[in-house]
Amino acid sequence: MVAYRAIGILSRYRRRNFTESSALLTRTHINYGVKGDVAVIRIKSSTSKVNTLSKELHSEFMEVMNEVWATNQIRNAVLISSKPGRFIAGADINMLATCKTPQEVTQVSQEAQRTFEKLEKATKPVIAAISGSCLGGGLELAISCQYRIATKDGKTILGAPEVLLGILPGAGGTQRLPEMVGVPALFDMMLTSRNIHADSAKKMGLVDQLVEPLGPGIKPPEEWTIEYLEAVAITFAKGLADKKISPKRDKGLVEKLTAYTMTIPFVRQQVYKKVEEKVQKETKGLYPAPLKIIDVVKTGIERGSDAGYLSESQKFGSLAMISESKALMGLYHGQVLCKKNKFGAPQKDVKRLAILGEGLKGAGITQVSVDKRLKTILKDATLTRLGQGQQQVFKGLNDKVNKKALTSFERDSIFSNLTGLISNVLKVDMVIEAVFEDLSLKHRVLKEVEAVIPDHCVFASNTSAFPISEIAAVSKRPEKVIGMHYFSPMDKMQLASAVAVSLKQGKVIIVVMDGPGFYTTRCLAPMMSEVIRILQEGVDLEKLDSLTTSFGFPVGAATLVDEVGVDVAKHVAEDLRKALGERFGGGNPELLTQMVSKGFLGRKSGKGFYIYQESVKSKNLNSDVDSILVSLKMPPKSEVSPGEDIQFRLVTRFVNEAVMCLREGILATPAEGDITAVFGLGFPPCFGGPFCFVALYGPQKIVDRLKKYEAAYGKQFTPC
Amino acid sequence: MTTILTYPFKNLPTASKWALRFSVQTKTKKTLAKPNIRNVVVVDGVRTPFLLSGTSYKDLMPHDLARAALTGLLHRTSVPKEVVDYIIFGTVIQEVKTSNVAREAALGAGFSDKTPAHTVTMACISANQAMTTGVGLIASGQCDVIVAGGVELMSDVPIRHSRKMRKLMLDLNKAKSMGQRLSLISKFRFNFLAPELPAVSEFSTSETMGHSADRLAAAFAVSRLEQDEYALRSHSLAKKAQDEGLLSDVVPFKVPGKDTVTKDNGIRPSSLEQMAKLKPAFIKPYGTVTAANSSFLTDGASAMLIMAEEKALAMGYKPKAYLRDFMYVSQDPKDQLLLGPTYATPKVLEKAGLTMNDIDAFEFHEAFSGQILANFKAMDSDWFAENYMGRKTKVGLPPLEKFNNWGGSLSLGHPFGATGCRLVMAAANRLRKEGGQYGLVAACAAGGQGHAMIVEAYPK
Repeated sequence: MVAYRAIGILSRYRRRNFTESSALLTRTHINYGVKGDVAVIRIKSSTSKVNTLSKELHSEFMEVMNEVWATNQIRNAVLISSKPGRFIAGADINMLATCKTPQEVTQVSQEAQRTFEKLEKATKPVIAAISGSCLGGGLELAISCQYRIATKDGKTILGAPEVLLGILPGAGGTQRLPEMVGVPALFDMMLTSRNIHADSAKKMGLVDQLVEPLGPGIKPPEEWTIEYLEAVAITFAKGLADKKISPKRDKGLVEKLTAYTMTIPFVRQQVYKKVEEKVQKETKGLYPAPLKIIDVVKTGIERGSDAGYLSESQKFGSLAMISESKALMGLYHGQVLCKKNKFGAPQKDVKRLAILGEGLKGAGITQVSVDKRLKTILKDATLTRLGQGQQQVFKGLNDKVNKKALTSFERDSIFSNLTGLISNVLKVDMVIEAVFEDLSLKHRVLKEVEAVIPDHCVFASNTSAFPISEIAAVSKRPEKVIGMHYFSPMDKMQLASAVAVSLKQGKVIIVVMDGPGFYTTRCLAPMMSEVIRILQEGVDLEKLDSLTTSFGFPVGAATLVDEVGVDVAKHVAEDLRKALGERFGGGNPELLTQMVSKGFLGRKSGKGFYIYQESVKSKNLNSDVDSILVSLKMPPKSEVSPGEDIQFRLVTRFVNEAVMCLREGILATPAEGDITAVFGLGFPPCFGGPFCFVALYGPQKIVDRLKKYEAAYGKQFTPC
Repeated sequence: MTTILTYPFKNLPTASKWALRFSVQTKTKKTLAKPNIRNVVVVDGVRTPFLLSGTSYKDLMPHDLARAALTGLLHRTSVPKEVVDYIIFGTVIQEVKTSNVAREAALGAGFSDKTPAHTVTMACISANQAMTTGVGLIASGQCDVIVAGGVELMSDVPIRHSRKMRKLMLDLNKAKSMGQRLSLISKFRFNFLAPELPAVSEFSTSETMGHSADRLAAAFAVSRLEQDEYALRSHSLAKKAQDEGLLSDVVPFKVPGKDTVTKDNGIRPSSLEQMAKLKPAFIKPYGTVTAANSSFLTDGASAMLIMAEEKALAMGYKPKAYLRDFMYVSQDPKDQLLLGPTYATPKVLEKAGLTMNDIDAFEFHEAFSGQILANFKAMDSDWFAENYMGRKTKVGLPPLEKFNNWGGSLSLGHPFGATGCRLVMAAANRLRKEGGQYGLVAACAAGGQGHAMIVEAYPK
């Protein structure tokens, strides 16, 4: 605030003493120039890579707008960002973090509401010229303008991602959007927080006009495209001022019909009800923001905009202060951190990559690699298995074509980066091995590959359990052997945890120290072991699954074993118990052994705890597992068996192990541990990760829980 | 739009008075003949009048038009049919019934059935490809006498059944029993009947050429006014050339059931005011490419007699020109779709050892005014040359007074497969008429490809 005042005073001082036009004044975030009767307001925060709506930017914006409104010569204005590919990425999250009370946050919201309302009602039309990401507060600013023109390119996306941070659009978004895009589309936007590309934004009515991106010409394309956008926006600004162009959009028949039905109170109530039900089902009541969004929109529509704005700012204030939003914002910061390369440029760029088969994982890594135009060789032992891998990569790309995210031509050209081989690989810069978790197999593969690859080639082992030093024991050049562990499904999940990486697969990267099970498997294994014990104690599968999902895990604990693969779980459990001892005990591993011997390997074999069939959505229990469970049955201990205790037995073992990893130096920072746990292992995002959970729930309370369970079961629960 | 409108660009003269001024300067090279390589000459070339599609040629098939060009060539040159070794034609949108249109037309035109013929396709430079294929056959000693040409009939294009319908029909063909047939027919859905039009857009980018041209014009800050002025120039010069009888490659064509067509019908000099009224055709509402500053859909065919020099002389011909070095280039089909001439021109000049100043007649294919002007600006830009062409300095502008002096594709028309031969004949005829020695032909083509060739006047 002090800084803002200083700038304000300074600018006033300058204005009085110098005759130059104030338009030429340099501000930190916003500048403007006048072209004829159009003011071109350019946003370019010099303090960061992206433009965010901070307090300073807000006040500079008001200052500029007041000048524009006060200058007679100016009839209208164009609002544009000078940063290619970036309009306004949203509100400044740190601004919320500095607020101490909900009232303070509400005040921030109300200030923004007032500014945007002034903008909307101004007699001099303002055109938002959008190129690049226009998200959150940026979108709210854009929709307060009278007209929007967007560049039709892949980088231009609009969206309201507030819900991902556990908050809601707090600058009038919930009140302006219903009229603009209709209630159903609005809920879709705000509750799924999906990114909307420029052309679909045009169809929805979110933008009024598109501008084609330009290729090479008299200047670099990105730069020139922005100037072109500005030039086009100026012609539209003149058109609007001369009333030659109407800011009102012609709505299509379907839109008109939807709008009409939404005027019927009964229909509206049904829509609210439906959406609320769906949100309840999806969030299990763990995330308050979506329901509040519905509530605020409802208030605005049913009780008028004044009540709507008030409700928006108040709910915004209360949401920003609760633990869920703090957890989610923490995750957001962590993610930004993990996407940075802390190791500098690699000595030699990986241009050619080989991936050694084994089913889904190999194909998944292949897909993310060819996607980034890396020349990739997929190698498998047989033509059939190789064919399956290639088909999976093709299918992944083709699905994108069906969703119109790629053209069929782009698909083909991306797919051409893939070569399938069943013979041995040569002349590659990096080999990623994704064969089955079996040390002797991994040793054999490593020796075979080392015989044919060039000296500089890095060998990455995709292991989740074995220490790399053990795998590298048979290598001629152990310094070139590293570990990489990806989380499946590869193409959708955000995370690849790796022990060193020089790939540009667009992954969130965390680096952990070498050790059995590294970080992720070490955290997951004790929890899995507890799952077995709980099942042995007679809790049925579906109840266990619903207990875990209602705690916030995205998939149930038993389902998770099926997804990972029962055989993999068994191997990992055995190896870790050997390496790290009793702490990894708990349930009887015999359960997994017997399941594997019967061929119940989880989803991949069609049967695990559940039965999986193509094209059948509902899962049925695999009744054959029951007999195994019966033979291994243990009496439950009543003092630790209610639902809540079952949830905490699972989560405390996870958290306890995570803290131990940090203490042993396996993990570098708790932030990385949180990110990995949430994005890689499905730790409930509403708690922000194991470390965030400890902070939110209270370390002492967790220790108390652990002690209680320790009394019942022993060492596995000893707090670290 | 102000920045783009006011971007400095010298005004284009609508007529050129100085066409002859530079033709008598010393050349870098006396001739482009190369030791141990056969000289290839153009004996002569003709074309049917180029007509707006949907006019007098609308009931013909492509091979009819091609045949007209071939018989015209036979009459003009009186070449004995049996000496022709090979016939090559270019075409873009193929009539399925006559997929090797060169052979069908040659047979119908009365060429010997012993003369093989093949058809090539390379979008708007298909005829160029036909000619250079012929040059290669002669230079390598495989042939002595070649007929090269091109044809396009946009009045009729193959419109197909949808893939689903085609599949159903093919399966029906194979069905053996009534039961099989009925079960197939039961799979029929009404939407199977939706027809499939030949693609007007680039396959790789799904963008139409006009759309790309509009973006290209904007990328090089070419204004609407500049484009309209250039189009007006093209039409005015074509009109003048037509009136003065300079378009001597045109042969009359008696269309069956209709009057004899004697001249191109797309030349329509208008006024800048009239042209300014048109709305943008591709990027609406703020684009700059309109119907008036684009080439139009055209029907037409061209043919040319190419020989080894010694063969032509032995047969007593007085050739019109040598076909010298040529070059094909290709680049990004999305953002540089129509920049072929910019890339091809310096390369072919370097290959031939000539400079821009040595060229007396430029004949560039005009797909759109915006495309020609964008190419000019690209050739005139050091920044573009450094960043996209790997050159230290700009290519340099072709002097406008030597450029497309008898009109171009914008005004004369552009039958895709036939334009290449028209460009070469225009260059050859201009060199003879204006007294120059070297001509440069260049064109852009769909797929982001381009072509350039040096034409050297045959000494009188």
